[in-house]
Amino acid sequence: MSKYEAVIGLEVHVELKTNTKLYCGCSTAFGKEPNTQVCPVCLGLPGSTGVLNRKAVELATKAGLALNCEIETYTWFDRKNYYYPDLPKGYQISQVFRPIAHNGYLDIEVDGRNKRIHIRRAHLEEDPGKLTHSGSSITTSHSSCVDYNRSGIPLIEIVSEPEISSGAEAKAYLEKLKAILEYAGVSDVKMEQGSLRCDANVSVRPLGTSTLGTKTEIKNMNSFRAVERAIEYEIERQIEVLEDGGEIIQETRGWDENKGITVAMRNKENPDYRCFMDQEIAHIELTPEWIEGVRATLPELPDARRKRLIEEHGLPAYDAEIITSSLDLAEFFDAVYAEFPDAKTISNWIMGELLRLLNARNMELFEAKVTPKYFAKLLELIKKGTISNKIGKEVFEQMFETGQDPERIVKDKGLVQISDEGQLASILTEVIAKNPKSVADFQSGKEQALGFLVGQVMKATKGQANPGLVNSMLRKMLSQNNSG
Amino acid sequence: MKITEKDVEQLATVSRLELTAEDVSAYTKYLNTALDYMDKLKKLDTSKVEPAQQVLPVKNVFREDTVEASLEKELALANAPEVEEGSFKVPRIVL
Repeated sequence: MSKYEAVIGLEVHVELKTNTKLYCGCSTAFGKEPNTQVCPVCLGLPGSTGVLNRKAVELATKAGLALNCEIETYTWFDRKNYYYPDLPKGYQISQVFRPIAHNGYLDIEVDGRNKRIHIRRAHLEEDPGKLTHSGSSITTSHSSCVDYNRSGIPLIEIVSEPEISSGAEAKAYLEKLKAILEYAGVSDVKMEQGSLRCDANVSVRPLGTSTLGTKTEIKNMNSFRAVERAIEYEIERQIEVLEDGGEIIQETRGWDENKGITVAMRNKENPDYRCFMDQEIAHIELTPEWIEGVRATLPELPDARRKRLIEEHGLPAYDAEIITSSLDLAEFFDAVYAEFPDAKTISNWIMGELLRLLNARNMELFEAKVTPKYFAKLLELIKKGTISNKIGKEVFEQMFETGQDPERIVKDKGLVQISDEGQLASILTEVIAKNPKSVADFQSGKEQALGFLVGQVMKATKGQANPGLVNSMLRKMLSQNNSG
Repeated sequence: MKITEKDVEQLATVSRLELTAEDVSAYTKYLNTALDYMDKLKKLDTSKVEPAQQVLPVKNVFREDTVEASLEKELALANAPEVEEGSFKVPRIVL
């Protein structure tokens, strides 16, 4: 690897959050019965003419602005011609010559290093239909089925400059892109529902040279992790080919998730799409005032929010990065903070308990039942000493599953922390009597022995004793014992 | 002649059209007539002319993002040569 460097550019297709398709009023709802959300326009029937969805233009502008792009004030649509059954018109209406947004960037951080990745362009286009092949792959199928529900759904294609140098950087770019588009309210960005799809152009070249090597295009990656793995694999593969004196063939390769390799799909002989200006969709002229109006609707974006958490709440950069990586989590944090203004404690509990349970159960935050209000209440109960930190974790797990009020869980289960000296004294006396060796050790100056005794008390009270109080009471009792 | 009979046959194959030998030679001739005319137009100097989409100065024609009724499924599939499980069934894609 040291002798080579990788040059990677990503093409990301993102479905815009509209109710209807780009050129017709058919619904964009996901997962409906095939061919029930189609009309003459998205079926490409002769004589039909599409009309542009205003909301899609607005969202594309918003996406462009959120990605620090320049917005074109005069733009139009073009036809990209090719024959394929998922494309009923025989051409895709896209923006080839004058994308609505260009020349933007986003910033990523990998291994503590900051890097700016430029965005070449972002343009509006329609999604094709969905093909299901009769066999296991297109080459082994005697027929295919086409569902045009997806045909005409508005997409923006976001093309990065080839400035990404590793799989980890590609993953960081996608995570940042996803967060920005999610915050901006432009898309649901759900990779599993296909509302975000990514292809990667990968090439390698000897370190210190500036000519680009021959690139391959990688497809079929179903998660950010898959993008990272596929790129790492492809870089290694290309280096091996070159080291063996071979040549890289310009081709499309598919990622095989199970085998962890890329496989040649088809040679890309630079298809000629014979692009020309579309004659049906009217040109768009945007005024600077309108564009500024859209900019004014942009909410606080991830970088700004992260900065706020660091500067205003004093959170470490690492905590702020994790909390702002998803809008839901950032909103959850703010809602808890409104009731319990101790940022670091909240972030510890979010990262330590909430995210741990979400990961363990492979869930999204919206699926968890715990509310910010009860989350804050739990932290309050711990702060007041009603329950210990340890019991708090137990209570949290139940809140996570049931959405119950922590106060009620504590009451129902009798988990209230024992802070009553009289009640504790008898337990302590018992523990002292049972552990003469530890007592002697402590009294001869071995501090650790106290920890053991506190542990015994906690065990005897099933974790309900107030550990701070137990500690100070034990010290007092043992020093009396000693002198007496 | 820019378009050969072989081009027309290829076009017919990808368009799933069956053409007779007479069709092929006739379409080759028609398509070349059209292209010859384009060549004539190409001789004009258009370097100072903006590309025109339409003859009328129409721009910013939008619809609101409101769902409209789609076609009934049966109607949507009415022209499909073959239907399978509510989908358009097409022959093998890779030739």
